[in-house]
Amino acid sequence: MKKLLVSPAPHLHGKESTRGLMRDVIIALSPSLLVSIYFFGFSAIKLALVGIISCVVVEYVIQRYVIKSTKTINDYSAALTGLLLALNLPPNSPWWLILIGSIVAIGVAKMTFGGLGQNLFNPALVGRVFLLVSFPVIMTDWTIPVSWFREGIDASSGATALSIVKEGLAKGLNMDQIFQANDFSYMEMLFSKIGGSVGEVSALALIAGFVYLLIRRVIKPHIPLSIIGSVIVITGIFWLVDPQQYADPIFSVLTGGILIGSIFMATDYVTSPMSKQGMILYGVGIGFLTIMIRYFGSYPEGISFAILIMNACVPLINKFMLPKRFGKEVKNG
Amino acid sequence: MSKTFSLGGIHPHDNKISAAASIENFPLVDTAYISMSQHLGAPAEPVVAKGDIVKVGQLIAKSSGFISANIHSSVSGVVSSVELLPDLSGTMVQHVVIKVDGDVWMENIDRSEEIVGEIKLSGPEIIAKIAECGIVGLGGAAFPTNIKLSPPPGKKAEYLIINGAECEPYLTSDYRIMVESPEQILIGTKIMMRALNVKNAYFGVEDNKPKAIKLLKKIAGKNYPEIKIVPLTKRYPQGGEKQMIEAITGRQVPSMGLPIDVGVVVQNVGTALAVYEAVQKNKPLFDGIVTITGNCMTEQRNFRLRVGTTFDTMMYAIGGLPKDAVKLISGGPMMGKAVCRMDAASVKSTSALLLLTEAETKRGVESNCIRCAKCVDACPMGLEPYLLNRLSRADRIEDLEEHMVHDCIECGCCLYTCPSNIPLLDTIRLSKAQVIKIIRSRPKK
Amino acid sequence: MNTIIFTIVSLSVLGLVLSLILYLVSQKFKVVEDPRIDGVQELLPAANCGGCGYAGCRAFAEACVKAEDLDKMYCPVGGNSVMQNVAGYLGVKVAEKTPQIAVVRCNGTCDNRPKTSNYDGYSSCAVMANLFAGDTDCRYGCLSQGDCELSCKFDAIKMDPLTGLPEVDEEKCTACGACVKACPKMIIELRNKGLKNRRIFVSCINKDKGGVAKKACVVACIGCTKCQKICPYDAITMSNNLAYIDYNKCKLCRKCVIECPTRAIWEVNFPVRLPRVEKAPIIDQK
Repeated sequence: MKKLLVSPAPHLHGKESTRGLMRDVIIALSPSLLVSIYFFGFSAIKLALVGIISCVVVEYVIQRYVIKSTKTINDYSAALTGLLLALNLPPNSPWWLILIGSIVAIGVAKMTFGGLGQNLFNPALVGRVFLLVSFPVIMTDWTIPVSWFREGIDASSGATALSIVKEGLAKGLNMDQIFQANDFSYMEMLFSKIGGSVGEVSALALIAGFVYLLIRRVIKPHIPLSIIGSVIVITGIFWLVDPQQYADPIFSVLTGGILIGSIFMATDYVTSPMSKQGMILYGVGIGFLTIMIRYFGSYPEGISFAILIMNACVPLINKFMLPKRFGKEVKNG
Repeated sequence: MSKTFSLGGIHPHDNKISAAASIENFPLVDTAYISMSQHLGAPAEPVVAKGDIVKVGQLIAKSSGFISANIHSSVSGVVSSVELLPDLSGTMVQHVVIKVDGDVWMENIDRSEEIVGEIKLSGPEIIAKIAECGIVGLGGAAFPTNIKLSPPPGKKAEYLIINGAECEPYLTSDYRIMVESPEQILIGTKIMMRALNVKNAYFGVEDNKPKAIKLLKKIAGKNYPEIKIVPLTKRYPQGGEKQMIEAITGRQVPSMGLPIDVGVVVQNVGTALAVYEAVQKNKPLFDGIVTITGNCMTEQRNFRLRVGTTFDTMMYAIGGLPKDAVKLISGGPMMGKAVCRMDAASVKSTSALLLLTEAETKRGVESNCIRCAKCVDACPMGLEPYLLNRLSRADRIEDLEEHMVHDCIECGCCLYTCPSNIPLLDTIRLSKAQVIKIIRSRPKK
Repeated sequence: MNTIIFTIVSLSVLGLVLSLILYLVSQKFKVVEDPRIDGVQELLPAANCGGCGYAGCRAFAEACVKAEDLDKMYCPVGGNSVMQNVAGYLGVKVAEKTPQIAVVRCNGTCDNRPKTSNYDGYSSCAVMANLFAGDTDCRYGCLSQGDCELSCKFDAIKMDPLTGLPEVDEEKCTACGACVKACPKMIIELRNKGLKNRRIFVSCINKDKGGVAKKACVVACIGCTKCQKICPYDAITMSNNLAYIDYNKCKLCRKCVIECPTRAIWEVNFPVRLPRVEKAPIIDQK
């Protein structure tokens, strides 16, 4: 007689898998990658390849020889970390920089905690911040390399918009003067040159990735929207108080990695809260800290640090921001 | 606009492939194996012995205890034994085995097709009749209906809700009942309304059954204006008792509470039909509508099946177990029980026999939790399955209670949605049972 | 120079103030404990297994200090020697207890007990037992998911991948009883270790009638009562078609082992039988 399969209910299972989700995030990053290849040419391809390969290799080596656990290199999570790290570096970075970043990201930030799902901090961000602190000169050299497609254009812009603003303010200029001197244009920021790391050249490409992730239900909109919303509100208040000292909200959102950070970094499953209320609190916290670092700290950007600080708060948020329970507040009418 | 519940839920493919197949009578069996534990509560006590001759509809076992139900013979013939036999999960249960000989019914059962609309009995008489006919809830839990229709002292029912959501994928037995006997279910609803002494009833149907909604609306609008047909969004677990009450009335049943705490009694469509047949036609509950379906089968069927038919016989009737079917499920794919023995027999609350292939049902390999929070989103009770799973594995009973594991309705949304194939519900179900036991053992305040 | 002095002074003051606070807090929340608890705890094996019935070694030590007589207290891990030490420390006397060991009473290997269904779910005996009777026709037998292995703090019980049954390591087993509690089928029993570690027990707990049991598993106890009849010491009792050997009465004569038609009775650690005795008690000789 045929042996029947017996298992506890439910007997149907969704089609989603860890691998599929990670693949979706990589697909969502591809518009940004393509745009950056268009602008930066070979150096973008080189960074992405070195990042992905080194992350996967580091993860494999650690799982194989150090902790001797089951292999998770097939689920694209290490590849995703590598790609994210690459997209968060200056286009001119040497290959060994991202290799070091990968070792820190996977080796220190991910595997020491026990691998996929166990880490407290976003690995790619830890890698980036490690590099930012250790190699500040390379990490803030935003010289645009010569591309295959667009030779020599904009080779002069050596700093991001935010650091130009910060330096300008330090020199005693006001906003209008800075804007005039540098010819900032929102349209350009939206489509092409935000000026900054590889992945944030085009805001539109990042937003396209965001829409894809939402349609595929990979992420929920709570975290990105609450970060962007809180940045707009807080910078808006400062801007209304003194428009000559503080940049306007739209400029603040489009520059300094807010988009890539809020869409791809802050929404990392492992290091973000579980409940919707928690996600909103987390997002607002990131937005607030980012602006505080920008206006009162020494770094012109700050979202990386803000996300890492809020990562550390996630266990606390999970403990106190519980989802709405059914039948807790009985509304009988 | 269709109504729905507020939290969680999933949207599995509904696969109602047997919806078009009309109900046929299942052929008479050779031997019926009638279980004495077809309901929640104490097993019934057999009142027949080996050698007795029984007719269809004759009482063969009496309710024993407060929560229990009468059991009637589904066939006519000779009792060949009363013995312990395994049920579908292999547990030994007292069975009355009847060798079938002809099809002789009790004389007092009205077998005509005529629809009797006039309700002659009073409320208490109806409840007594329902208890006598051994009717149990046919939505899955098989709770004796007469007890559900008698609210405890101090509690008063305001609404009766008839659950026609059939939110489980594949199942179509309730749909066929609604399409083929709409008038009868509405009369059954009226009968239960009289028993409960309520003025209003709602009839919730998921909006993937437009034909049933239209038909019921037409008949109810003409003859039974006090029964409102409510279309509900297609979303699992819409047919969960607590979810349905919230969707229709906006009230949330409190934790560890019963629907009657918010003034509602919920009954299933199949139960309404059984109540109609019992009260108006004097027919005890000994058969039910059963969907036999599966993508691996060439033909999808809906049967009127007598209680005590073995799964072997059912498979034989549809032409044998298909080659690629590996799992047999009694009930729906989300909450049904997997059958481990083909020689086990159907019971009153058997509503479907679903055949799944390995590709459809096999679980994936468990991997690390990536804390994606999909289970938190899917949970219709607002729980945190990922956390409950972790706490269960660490045996942290107090924390489990604090995180309301006892509110879990075991709908399976968390396990369905988990991308890492973590057996969330398996561990939660275990700890839920432990926690409920501890809560019940505490002295009441 | 000023800076250095200022630093030294401020740090020393800070240190003094903080240590004062620490001292006051520790005085305020001081818990007075019987110092003997620490002493007893030192003597215990510190396994924290819970085999004694208390939450851990500390709780057991507390209970020992409070208890008037130690006869009801027993540390299964440390055994008699530890209990003697504890008794000596506390200045009381304690009776010797017979050392015990966990015994797996199921021999339903894949060959002996064919599978009749396949289980696909969380690998846990508790979950499986909650779901159905088991993936074989035997409702009583081992479910092979290894809850006992997980429960063992001493690495003494291990699932054998070949047989699908747990194996007890006699050296490591401390008879703490964790596996007995973990097994949902109640297959594991604590039995006396026996003279020279020799034991005889019925390796089956199937309570079904002979025919049913035999059909499910060839080495099942079929309740034939042959062993009961041959036992010269009245050590074997029959209930629900199942034989049970009382380890306090059994004199290890091994007559039942030869008599059992299904080889459900096991002997452990005996020397190899002389050929004369081995007159083939093979199954189904007729």
